[in-house]
Amino acid sequence: MSIKETKFNSETLALCHKLMKRYPEGKHKSALIPILHIAQAEFDGWLSSETMDYVASILKIQSIEVFEVASFYSMFNLKPIGKCMLEVCRTAPCWLNGADELVAYLEKKLGIKVGETTKDGMFTIKTVECLGSCGTSPMLQCGAKYYENLTNQKTDELLENLKRENKRQTYTAY
Amino acid sequence: MGRKLLIEHVHVPGIETLEVYRSKGGYTSVEKAIKTMSPEAVVEEVKKSGLRGRGGAGFPTGLKWSFLAKPPGVARYLVCNADESEPGTFKDRYLMEKIPHALIEGMITSSYALGAHTSYIYIRGEYFYVARILEQAIDEAYAAGWLGKNILGSGYDLDLYVHIGAGAYICGEETALLESLEGKRGNPRIKPPFPAIAGLYGCPTVVNNVETIAAVVPIVNEGGCEYAKIGIGKSTGTKLISAGGHLNKPGVYEIEMSISVEEFIYSDEYCGGISGGKKLKACVPGGSSVPILPADLLLTTANGEKRMMTYESLSDGGFATGSMMGSGGFIAYNETACIVRNTWNFSRFYHHESCGQCSPCREGTGWMEKILHRLENGHGKMEDIDLLWDIQRKIEGNTICPLGDAAAWPVAAAIRHFREEFEYHVKYPEKIKDPNHFHKQSFLSSKQSVTI
Amino acid sequence: MPKVTIDNIEIEVPEGTTILQAARMIGGDVVPPAMCYYSNLKTSGGYCRTCIVKVSQASAKDPRPMPKPVASCRTFVQDGMVVQNTTSPELLEARKGVVEFLLINHPLDCPICDQAGECDLQNLAYEHGAAKTRYDFERRTFEKIDIGNKIKLHMTRCILCYRCVKVADQLTDGRVHGVMNRGDVSEISTYIQNAVENDFSGNMIDVCPVGALTDNTFRFKSRVWFTNPLDAHRACTKCTGKVVLWTKGNEVLRVSARKDKYAEVEEWICNDCRFEHKNMEDWNVEGARKTAHDSVISQNHYENIDLQKLKLEINRQIKHQGGKKIKEVYTQAQIENKK
Repeated sequence: MSIKETKFNSETLALCHKLMKRYPEGKHKSALIPILHIAQAEFDGWLSSETMDYVASILKIQSIEVFEVASFYSMFNLKPIGKCMLEVCRTAPCWLNGADELVAYLEKKLGIKVGETTKDGMFTIKTVECLGSCGTSPMLQCGAKYYENLTNQKTDELLENLKRENKRQTYTAY
Repeated sequence: MGRKLLIEHVHVPGIETLEVYRSKGGYTSVEKAIKTMSPEAVVEEVKKSGLRGRGGAGFPTGLKWSFLAKPPGVARYLVCNADESEPGTFKDRYLMEKIPHALIEGMITSSYALGAHTSYIYIRGEYFYVARILEQAIDEAYAAGWLGKNILGSGYDLDLYVHIGAGAYICGEETALLESLEGKRGNPRIKPPFPAIAGLYGCPTVVNNVETIAAVVPIVNEGGCEYAKIGIGKSTGTKLISAGGHLNKPGVYEIEMSISVEEFIYSDEYCGGISGGKKLKACVPGGSSVPILPADLLLTTANGEKRMMTYESLSDGGFATGSMMGSGGFIAYNETACIVRNTWNFSRFYHHESCGQCSPCREGTGWMEKILHRLENGHGKMEDIDLLWDIQRKIEGNTICPLGDAAAWPVAAAIRHFREEFEYHVKYPEKIKDPNHFHKQSFLSSKQSVTI
Repeated sequence: MPKVTIDNIEIEVPEGTTILQAARMIGGDVVPPAMCYYSNLKTSGGYCRTCIVKVSQASAKDPRPMPKPVASCRTFVQDGMVVQNTTSPELLEARKGVVEFLLINHPLDCPICDQAGECDLQNLAYEHGAAKTRYDFERRTFEKIDIGNKIKLHMTRCILCYRCVKVADQLTDGRVHGVMNRGDVSEISTYIQNAVENDFSGNMIDVCPVGALTDNTFRFKSRVWFTNPLDAHRACTKCTGKVVLWTKGNEVLRVSARKDKYAEVEEWICNDCRFEHKNMEDWNVEGARKTAHDSVISQNHYENIDLQKLKLEINRQIKHQGGKKIKEVYTQAQIENKK
């Protein structure tokens, strides 16, 4: 794999500056989390120290301030992940409707455990806390999309579709 | 059929667009407020309406608004708390996704009332796709002149932005939310000062839940007194309830706060009864933080009165025999559910979500989770139950923010009402080996009977 | 000026005084312990919760009690406020809980910890903790790391008081260490092992209430109670040069800032004084450092012991710790009575 230069293209950089303007003069650090989301989507789905240094330089803040924030929030990955991270909700309402079984099914189907990535780098399974989809459980999130009321059959179809699409699923919707 | 003030038009095709929303009477509250009312008059209507914060605390919104400091020359902010993360709660997502303009209209009217010229909607990171829906709606509103400079020629300016979070339940706590909005870790602030005095960027700030802000629209349109006619006592108006768990028809329901819990669970208009042809065993009526109640105490208060879907009735009997309205995250459990496993699940949640700033929560949530895990897996001791009780007691009230209380209450309530089930886990470890141990044969308590 | 009553003692204090500061003005037993608050560090305090007190009357204007215990270090006194610290059994019980929380993941490795003997957590546990632990799970551990070549970070011992972060924020420019992760896996760490290179970074060692940040140049050299602390000063262009030398014979083992009776640094010192001047000749020695008589550091200097006070302290400890054996040893009379 070639190492990509840690730098946004001019369009993305302009978007970052636009986001920073949403906050009052001198308070542009507010844009840190939105920009980290963009950076994560741009640079292979995770935040390396180079990426965080780069984000710090855009916002003109210390790298430590970026690292403190990035490590606090559960949606930022500080290690590489698969192209499709399957984030299965495990909190009580989902548990009542089969979240444990969904995780077990995914583990069996993909041959990996929670927290692991398939050898082809396609899928990572992660368990997450309540995604606010309790009425349509069990469910999982992949990229920005919610996949709800999952059955084994629907899960199979989802995995097939994601494989066919073969692209990195990201959160960013800007 | 109860009246619907927030999601009446939810099934109208295209309601997510400004055009259709407007055709259903959308944005009239903005017109009415800006053209015919002073900001103070809007606050007055909200006060009269008796509207209480829909995020969980139930604090009177008008009163909260009246606390907002107004030093001259200092910006004021309205921040919408769309960080909906309380397990069992998904009403805000539903509202924002289906009728985004309802929130935007509420934000404009409320910002006008508070004298805010920049307002933010802080939405949880996982709701990225909802954020996109909101941003599209905001763009439409700007294009139609509902946002931006000189709205309706009144001289009132307002900019509204969506700010995305990144996965942290704690950011639903208003001061943690403000920290996060400032680009920092979501650590709750030590209060006082309260946001009304020093909030976002140190300026006076009001933080309100999505549903609260959306409710300002019908209040301004119809008048606070009209709104207050719905409901019982201090529970005025309608409330969105997120119904999940073992129910035939889970989903989001708008209820008038005057129906009974029984009607809500069993009537076909709402949840349509308990799923799988099973009986109701227990219920968490207001999101994971509020006390779990066994079926009999859920449907009837300790005094033998019918339990209603109101703030007062749900908390009737205090924590001894009552619970709370909370955020309206209604989770029903049928007789196959294991209360110990549920409590462990919740405990794991709070452990995962503790920000780690103050010691009782940082250390106590993890400790409780470990003990509950041990109990649920058949390695617990009888003393563990008392130990758990003592730990939750020492967390409650001793932390910086309410997350400590939220972690303690479910554990306390589970032990209070389902102690026998905990003891069963200690006494018969072989019977609980299967994670679905009560699926084939439900646990029968000698104390409370499973009803209906 | 507002008047506040703490444990039945009334005091008038300037506007903007916290309950903790007011209690320190009274002094003695009414002073709540504090593990994260630090007078010289802005925005410190509120995290550890050991200084919680009960406010049974919020003010003269609003005589209602506050619903929950409050952090005395971050709560301002109001006129007519009534505070209970040692006079409230439930508050003391709550504090005992806080101490237990602080200890459950602490390694209790005092026998090999350089901080032992001058550790706020040891003192706290002794004064307010329980004799036994109820925590029987594996304790959390972290790798030791070096913050620069002079400071050792032993995160396993950290109680997350945030004082060192505030030192770095307020005393040095360009903070490179901070709090990572969240919840009970939060840790103080440097950004990808960046060294803290700053004239005042060594003060992080002095503000650390436990043995999480220790002086690498003093590591395993001596137990503090075997050293002889001396007040000394030197002409320094960066700081006041007023320090304590921790000596053995003519050897200077460690240099630290001077601390007051609440274990807070009186004046920050620079790294030059702290790390680079380990010769007695570098210093003008003022005399022996005064140590509280009950400090372990003052061992072998028992001349000022008040026997009456000592007896009371022993009895208090017996009662507090519920230690049966000690009781049997020390109160023969009671055993006689039992017979």
